[in-house]
Amino acid sequence: MSEIERAGDDTLAAGSVWEYAPAPEATDILRLQDSYGLFVGGEFVEPKSGKRFTTINPATEEPLAEIAEAGPEDVALAVEAARSAHDHVWRDLSGAERAKYVYRIARQLQERAREFAVLESMNGGKPIKESRDVDLPLAAAHFFYYAGWADKLEYAFPNWTARPIGVAGQIIPWNFPMLMAAWKLAPALAAGNTCVLKPAETTPLTALLLAELIQEADLPPGVVNIITGAGETGAALVEAAVDKVAFTGSTDVGKRIRRATAGTGKRLTLELGGKAANIVFEDAPLDQAVEGVVNGIFFNQGHVCCAGSRLLVQEPVFEELIDKLKGRLQTLRVGDPLDKNTDIGAINSRQQLTKIEELVAVGVEEGAEIYQPECVLPERGFWFRPTLFTGVSQSHRIAREEIFGPVLSILTFRTPEEAVEKANNTPYGLSAGVWTEKGSRILWMAERMRAGVVWANTFNRFDPSSPFGGYKESGFGREGGLHGLEPYLELAR
Amino acid sequence: MTTEARLPVKRTAKLFVGGEFPRSESGRSYEVFANDGRSLGWAARASRKDLRDAAKAARAAFPGWSGKSAYNRGQVLYRVAELIEGRRAQFEQELADAGAADPPRGVSAAIDRWVWYAGWADKLAQVLGGTNAVAGPYFNFTVPEPTGVVGVMAPPDQALLGLVSRLAPVIVSGNTAVVLASEPHPMPAVSLGEVLATSDVPGGVVNVLTGQIRELAPWLAGHMDVNAIDLTGAPHDMQAEIETLTAENVKRTHRAPDADPFDEAAQSPYEIAAFLEFKTVWHPIGA
Repeated sequence: MSEIERAGDDTLAAGSVWEYAPAPEATDILRLQDSYGLFVGGEFVEPKSGKRFTTINPATEEPLAEIAEAGPEDVALAVEAARSAHDHVWRDLSGAERAKYVYRIARQLQERAREFAVLESMNGGKPIKESRDVDLPLAAAHFFYYAGWADKLEYAFPNWTARPIGVAGQIIPWNFPMLMAAWKLAPALAAGNTCVLKPAETTPLTALLLAELIQEADLPPGVVNIITGAGETGAALVEAAVDKVAFTGSTDVGKRIRRATAGTGKRLTLELGGKAANIVFEDAPLDQAVEGVVNGIFFNQGHVCCAGSRLLVQEPVFEELIDKLKGRLQTLRVGDPLDKNTDIGAINSRQQLTKIEELVAVGVEEGAEIYQPECVLPERGFWFRPTLFTGVSQSHRIAREEIFGPVLSILTFRTPEEAVEKANNTPYGLSAGVWTEKGSRILWMAERMRAGVVWANTFNRFDPSSPFGGYKESGFGREGGLHGLEPYLELAR
Repeated sequence: MTTEARLPVKRTAKLFVGGEFPRSESGRSYEVFANDGRSLGWAARASRKDLRDAAKAARAAFPGWSGKSAYNRGQVLYRVAELIEGRRAQFEQELADAGAADPPRGVSAAIDRWVWYAGWADKLAQVLGGTNAVAGPYFNFTVPEPTGVVGVMAPPDQALLGLVSRLAPVIVSGNTAVVLASEPHPMPAVSLGEVLATSDVPGGVVNVLTGQIRELAPWLAGHMDVNAIDLTGAPHDMQAEIETLTAENVKRTHRAPDADPFDEAAQSPYEIAAFLEFKTVWHPIGA
């Protein structure tokens, strides 16, 4: 123990002394193919576009597989397959039968959760302990939850006849590929819609594995179609003959989708960006708050739309909290996503790494004070150290713009009113965090936060029964719970 | 005693903004005609500046109105119904001028609709929100909250019932509104503004603009401090343009399903929900 370095008073500097022996998750469970087609009408088909792209492991930059790029013709075929499955099979199936198909997906996902988790970490860069303990269990839970609604719609909307909308075009991001697929597919299928799902360009693999699982689950062909590609494929899907568009991603792209669907009568839900305030009052249990702050911004490398990327600290506890936070940062392990001890994995893509680096440079230029712990980063792959900025003012770009990386901007406040003012001073409104021991203050704050999710003395908790979605420019519509069902239904008397 | 015909006093209807009755800052107005061609007077033709003033007044009124207890909002709205009832004769005459088939029925339906929505104020949270059974030691609940400032494009026909059917569900939850009145039949909307001004609805909660829909709608749709738009009264050929303009600040847009406004199916809690946000709060459970 004599080798342990001490930084400051009681803060253990992790350094090399605390290096754990590597504990990598085995990958031999995976049966990856060299090349994947598009999943259309229940079969994997070659793309008419003739185009392919390579998907890589962001932790090693090694290629994992060749992926088909769906062109407009491929998108149209997928939508036709979904339309046919809707009109001839899925719409008229009893709710009870639909429920069993969706339950079956949930169960098979639970059975194969480890395989999916390993692939999720390999293709997306997230730590295996997160894909194993958060993404996959929640994805399966989502299917299980919505399966049960399929034959209970008359109880969800009493006095109304609930009918499916038709074909849903669903576009999901790269930060939680499987979980977002579940958030989109589960309520749509339970409500009787058929789907064309487009996973993100950088993380197509678990969606394609899900396509295999759906085949094995004997879902009627065309009920779920999964097409891969980049932004152009997504744009083609929005413009195709779908009845409903559901999008999770950046606010910028969300606005473009709103324009593209204007006047078409297509139903639309958007789950967009955020710049959440995580507010720590002086009476908060500081050690718990530090864990919540770390989880709020460093969970999934900060690639989280609801990340607590603005920390608001009440002045009397500012120094104490920052000291604790810096100490905690030194113990975070950055590295191999497949290592079971890793806290912060790889940045999802070179493009995202560049964006983070640019905004962090702007933060330094604008005069904020940067803190990054010492840690050795792997030579290959995309990495970014957990980063704190103090001395941040509301006008700084790092306090206003979504960085979507492991970068925390720290501001201070004196009164609850000032905290509310600062927290709401953003065009976004997805989530907020409040840390205090005073119950009445929690409820007072929760009432005033213009945000769709408020975590009090916790952060980044998700559940299929809990509605999620934004105020203002963070989008509209909710996913999860009863509220997540309505966007996939047409209600009539 | 002479039997000289009495010259009626014609109305020069003003805007209703922030609880006051300004004329258009542009100085513009337009003549309003009854269905039989008689002149009914003039209505203000609102400008872009008037629209901005109305949005500003609506934003200023939002914290107070949304911060009132639901019980209080319900009572305030119920009293509006009482006041409309007291001015039946005027509204019936205005509907008759607008060519309504059965003016008394139109006024009655508008009053009853107002009462129906007033009653929802303190029931929304239970019917549309609730607690969620999350798989973990957390107390988790979802509450409905008003979206903010809502632009209401009133249907051109059914100048009273159509407007009430759009406006009441918007404000009952705590939203504030900028109303674009029916262009051909603005007088019932103007009169409703006069009713609201003498009711307990705080100034700025409802702002009524009269003028040309095609001129005002794009400004409303593009306004960065308007959070949502009810498109029910928008010309169908403008929907694409309006929705395109709403993208810039991710406005919510809603067009009510086509229904006979006299039909009970035209009133629904989901018309209120179209202008609600759902907030979900988590807290750990522990000893």
